[in-house]
Amino acid sequence: MFIGGFLMLLTSPAAAQDWFRTGTGLGVEKARVAVAEFAPRNQASQPLARVFTDVLTADLEFSGILELVSKSFHPLRVPAVPADLKVEEWNREPVLAHMVAFGNLTLDSSQLIVEAWFYDVRSAATPAILSKRYRVDGTETAARRVAHEFADEIISRLSGGLPGVATTQIAFISSRTGFKEVWAMDYDGANQRPLTNLRSISLTPRWSPDAARIAFTCYARSASGTTSAQICIHSLETGKPVAFVRYRGTNSTPAWAPDGSKIIFMSSMHGDPELFMIDTTGTNLKRITYSAGADTSPAWNPKTGQTIAFVSDRGGIPQLYLMNADGSNVEKLELPDMGYVIDPAWSPNGQLLAFSWRRPNGNYDLYVMDVATRQIVELTRDAGRNERPSWASDGRHIVFESTRTGARQIWTMLADGSAARQLTFEGHNESPNWSPRWFSAPEASGRFLFARGFLDGRMNGAFL
Amino acid sequence: MLIRSTRKPVVLLALVALLMSVGACKKEVAAPPPPAPAPAPPPPARPTVTLQASQSFIQSGEAATLNWSSTNATELKLQPGIGSVAPEGSTRVSPAQSTTYTITATGPGGSADASVRVTVSAPPPPPPPARPAATLEELFRANVFDAYYDYDKADVRADARDALAKTAEFLRTHQQVRVLIEGHCDERGSTEYNLALGDRRAQAARQFLVSLGVAAERLDTVSWGKERPFCTQSAEECWQQNRRAHFVMAR
Repeated sequence: MFIGGFLMLLTSPAAAQDWFRTGTGLGVEKARVAVAEFAPRNQASQPLARVFTDVLTADLEFSGILELVSKSFHPLRVPAVPADLKVEEWNREPVLAHMVAFGNLTLDSSQLIVEAWFYDVRSAATPAILSKRYRVDGTETAARRVAHEFADEIISRLSGGLPGVATTQIAFISSRTGFKEVWAMDYDGANQRPLTNLRSISLTPRWSPDAARIAFTCYARSASGTTSAQICIHSLETGKPVAFVRYRGTNSTPAWAPDGSKIIFMSSMHGDPELFMIDTTGTNLKRITYSAGADTSPAWNPKTGQTIAFVSDRGGIPQLYLMNADGSNVEKLELPDMGYVIDPAWSPNGQLLAFSWRRPNGNYDLYVMDVATRQIVELTRDAGRNERPSWASDGRHIVFESTRTGARQIWTMLADGSAARQLTFEGHNESPNWSPRWFSAPEASGRFLFARGFLDGRMNGAFL
Repeated sequence: MLIRSTRKPVVLLALVALLMSVGACKKEVAAPPPPAPAPAPPPPARPTVTLQASQSFIQSGEAATLNWSSTNATELKLQPGIGSVAPEGSTRVSPAQSTTYTITATGPGGSADASVRVTVSAPPPPPPPARPAATLEELFRANVFDAYYDYDKADVRADARDALAKTAEFLRTHQQVRVLIEGHCDERGSTEYNLALGDRRAQAARQFLVSLGVAAERLDTVSWGKERPFCTQSAEECWQQNRRAHFVMAR
């Protein structure tokens, strides 16, 4: 099973800029998928059927790996069960669908039952790809959840095993309450809610690899009694802060090791800002960098766990560097011209590094570098300041902050720079971080349980 | 009076006759020959007077004593303001301003006077009402100066050295003061890098103060990055305001 999220470079040496093309299956045409209106079996389920259909459609559209058939081409007959489905209605002109998602919803004494199918309509012999039955609370939140879940199933099938991101979350910083707090939202911008209520200044949230905790920069009292920048951890399970070690000086930009056992962070506890590593239990502090100037914004290669990218001004202005996780082998990432380079972010396959770069005479724009070839591609241009990229677990999407509308907001886009979509609209929002694949949501109503898993695909728990 | 007997015997006889007829209403008989004329009484002596003051220089509100004595005087007047006095005596005076006192003595023999000046000097002005001593906070604000930095730099530049020298002077002479040094940045850099740069600025100011003799334990630092700007305009005047090490008196 290959990794997916493959990026193919369109190389044209004379071109001023190259563009990545994202997709799966190099060179294969995208599947044409139709999402039929999911049928409400009773009157009460009508609004939830609407929600389910809309969310499923949006999730599949977002994925970037398929082509949605326009609803105006759909046949008039809405299939509620497989017996209703006439494949020839769907695979002929003008529909020309390859696959159809369809099904029904029933709301029965505050329980929602969803039956969902995903059929290949070009093959009359074995048409069923997916057949699912969900039972959840009869709420809109739960209906959205199952739609996301079903969408991820479809995407996984179509991408040869790479899961979709429809159930993932994005952590970010919002100042809309008057204080910068850590917030979270669904990957599509729905369900925006605060996680912290520290009423100070909170910054740089990072999901742990098991999505159970978020590490971030907070302002808190150190042992000396001074309020200064510290590393804080928020538990998604309890909804409360987890105590963490406090140090002298400025402590910021925590990043988790891919196995969740360590945190690397910037600290000026011994003088100028350097990178330190510590077990997540708070023991075994180790200093990693030794250089004049400031080292900050570490990013751990999620695939190998062996390489750390970071920002250092040891050469005068902030630039990107790579080093081994023990601090050896420090190497500067050379870029074509001088500028202020910040915010490194590894793709899930560990091969690409996204970052923000303010070139001389330029604005902050997002770039992606293939670390092996050192080839770089520009993702944004002339649309405000674009900073803090963070990759989705599908390797196909990036969330970032942009001032292109005037205020600083959170946006997502495909990793080739296309399909930019604004997620936040209220107040100032910044510093997004995309959650790992599985998101455990104890606050989700009903008996719908999410499996908790790790990046290598192991799963615990079950669906009901 | 010398009698010039040779020249005016007739006048003399006339005078004697007049005197005899006027001086007595008795029967005149053949007067015995007049006695030899008595010698004329001596003329009265002229008066003398002295006047002295116990102090010639007094302050407003104070008093001096005037003393005088006289001879051959029947009337004495002490001016200004006092009037008739005995031939010998004293009195206290408390003039509001400098005054020349004059005593005049008159008698059969004539008059005499004496003066004395009493000089009155203004009292020293009252001391101004005591002002409360400036509080330590006020002294801190007046004598401690922030250090400003160039873009993307934490180097202590020339004007910052002056500011820090003045700050060090205050801290050396006010040993009880502890300071929190806040590092700040302008909006143009990134959030994360500015947390580091703000720290470097605060530390640079701290090290400079230590090198000027301020004990390191009195100086604490915090970086606010670009999170707590002093102004928000997107222009160099404001950006420079934000690129600083800011001093706060620690509690």
